Amino acid sequence: MRQSFIQKNPSILIFLACLALFTLLVTVASEGFGLGFISTSFVKTLGKTLCLCLVAVAMDLIWGYTGILSLGHFAFFGLGGYMIGMWLMYERTRLIVVEALAQSDIPPTPEEVVSGIGSQIFGVVGSSDSPLIWSFAHSLPLQLALVVLVPGLLALIFGWLAFRSRVTGVYLSILTQAMTLALALYLFQNDSGLRGNNGLSGLQNLPGVSAGQDQVSLWFFWASALALGLGYLLAAWITSGKFGSIIRGIRDNESRVRFLGYSVEVYKLAVFTITAMIAGIAGALYYPQAGIINPAEVAPIASIYLAVWVAIGGRGRLYGAVIGAGFVSLVSTWFTGGQAPDIPLGFYTIKWVDWWLILLGLSFVAVTLFAPKGIGGLFDLLKKERAK
Amino acid sequence: MSHMSTLLEVSGVSVSFDGFKAINNLSFQIGPAEMRAIIGPNGAGKTTFMDIVTGKTRPDDGRVIWGEKSVSLLKMSEAQIAQAGVGRKFQKPTVFEDQTVHANMLIALKNDRGFLASLLYRPSNKDLARVDELAGEIGLSDQLDRLSGELSHGQKQWLEIGMLLAQEPRLLLVDEPAAGMTLAEREHTTAILVEAAKTRAVVVVEHDMEFVRRLDCKVTVLHEGSVLAEGSLDHVTANSRVIDVYLGR
Repeated sequence: MRQSFIQKNPSILIFLACLALFTLLVTVASEGFGLGFISTSFVKTLGKTLCLCLVAVAMDLIWGYTGILSLGHFAFFGLGGYMIGMWLMYERTRLIVVEALAQSDIPPTPEEVVSGIGSQIFGVVGSSDSPLIWSFAHSLPLQLALVVLVPGLLALIFGWLAFRSRVTGVYLSILTQAMTLALALYLFQNDSGLRGNNGLSGLQNLPGVSAGQDQVSLWFFWASALALGLGYLLAAWITSGKFGSIIRGIRDNESRVRFLGYSVEVYKLAVFTITAMIAGIAGALYYPQAGIINPAEVAPIASIYLAVWVAIGGRGRLYGAVIGAGFVSLVSTWFTGGQAPDIPLGFYTIKWVDWWLILLGLSFVAVTLFAPKGIGGLFDLLKKERAK
Repeated sequence: MSHMSTLLEVSGVSVSFDGFKAINNLSFQIGPAEMRAIIGPNGAGKTTFMDIVTGKTRPDDGRVIWGEKSVSLLKMSEAQIAQAGVGRKFQKPTVFEDQTVHANMLIALKNDRGFLASLLYRPSNKDLARVDELAGEIGLSDQLDRLSGELSHGQKQWLEIGMLLAQEPRLLLVDEPAAGMTLAEREHTTAILVEAAKTRAVVVVEHDMEFVRRLDCKVTVLHEGSVLAEGSLDHVTANSRVIDVYLGR
């Protein structure tokens, strides 16, 4: 009875081994480190995919395990990206400004540097002062803390209001979509302090680091793999014990859990907040690899995609979420990146860039109707076959 | 009944839904180790009564007083009331179907209900022994590793009663435990409840007269949201008003 949660669930070790092997293979085959079979831009794509897998694990925790269909977790993902983006952009601009001002005879005053940074970053939205929310942007440790604190705090406040009022089911989903939409609309405004629809850019450049993108892409790839591994372990630990039993109980029969004496709202709030923080971390690793973040990233549709990935991968099992996010987002990159060959039918040519969304929608419907366990359900069939 | 020996005292409670008085000036008392059956026709207010005691429904009027310290249950949440010692069994068996019998019992076991405590919880030897002991009492010792969704209807009912016992409540509210059970299953259920009532209060809401007779306890008859008669089964079944509104139909 006294086994650790990993011994009880060997799929965790299998997953971690696969992840380690994958990381090793990509590293060896990359341009920055090894043989050069994999281009730097594809390393970035793979690194970003790992981040999407991590946010999918968070989504599985809140939806697959706790039964709360949040359609707002990509908002937390985006917020994490914005928080790290602020430091990257500020620090890089500061170095450029300092270097430019160093050309003059008199050494620049700190005020000159600050105003130089302000007009460089906010010139596009017609301002030259750093808004108040950039107060911590000079400090990497503070912005790193904000990567988890801002999504966590938003989730805590939003969740407290929603769960306390016993908003459940589809109503909660709609509420989370509304939150996401409100956030996106706010970010689109020029005076939001986050450069409006320009977003934050140049995030692929690490300030003060002279290494090329082939190296930097690998560092972020490794960091993403590590974060996914740790996030997976954390999620597996959370879901393995009594806490996991209780949240699955909440998913299946909320009032039974309540009458057993558990404060259901507190448990929901805990999972909602923890998963928002994981999403923030995933976003903070994703956007430096993407190079740019703008409000369109936080659009409501992104959070819906997240739910689609988890549904296709198989919710209620962590590796299902990873498979769904990895598979669907990579296939999506392939179809929409122009690599997929168009199909000429004579009278009409199927262009995958246009048709991919329809294909995705159809597969979502098909999975929901015919394979509610998703791709992950195939492993159950395999197990059954072997048991025979 | 003297105040000292009262565990739950409901007095003058009324509640209406859209003008319909589901509970009308209801008063009810039960002692700390007592079995009580509540009978009454459909719509008599049996389930609403349970909803009020467990905090699911707030009454418009009246008092619900609990325990030696005479605290009011009306200001407490469902979870707080459950923690104070009120356990409830639903009419339909409600267990966590995709989890094992053992996991179901562990969730129910009386322990710290906070989320951090649950996150860090490791079952102690005492807890594991208690689960084994309870499984023996409800007759599910050899089913502990099965998914509770695979159990028969009767076994699910017992599991839910076992989960209630694991909570160590001082008052057990049981809604139609015998519904859909075979004769042998009913006998087993009766035995579990009678045993439980030796150390705590047990309130059984039941339609089935035969089952109530087996319980061999004081009976409260509800009608239109208030108490119509109270006493032994023979006493209340001899009451002409009870015969009129309930048994005579």
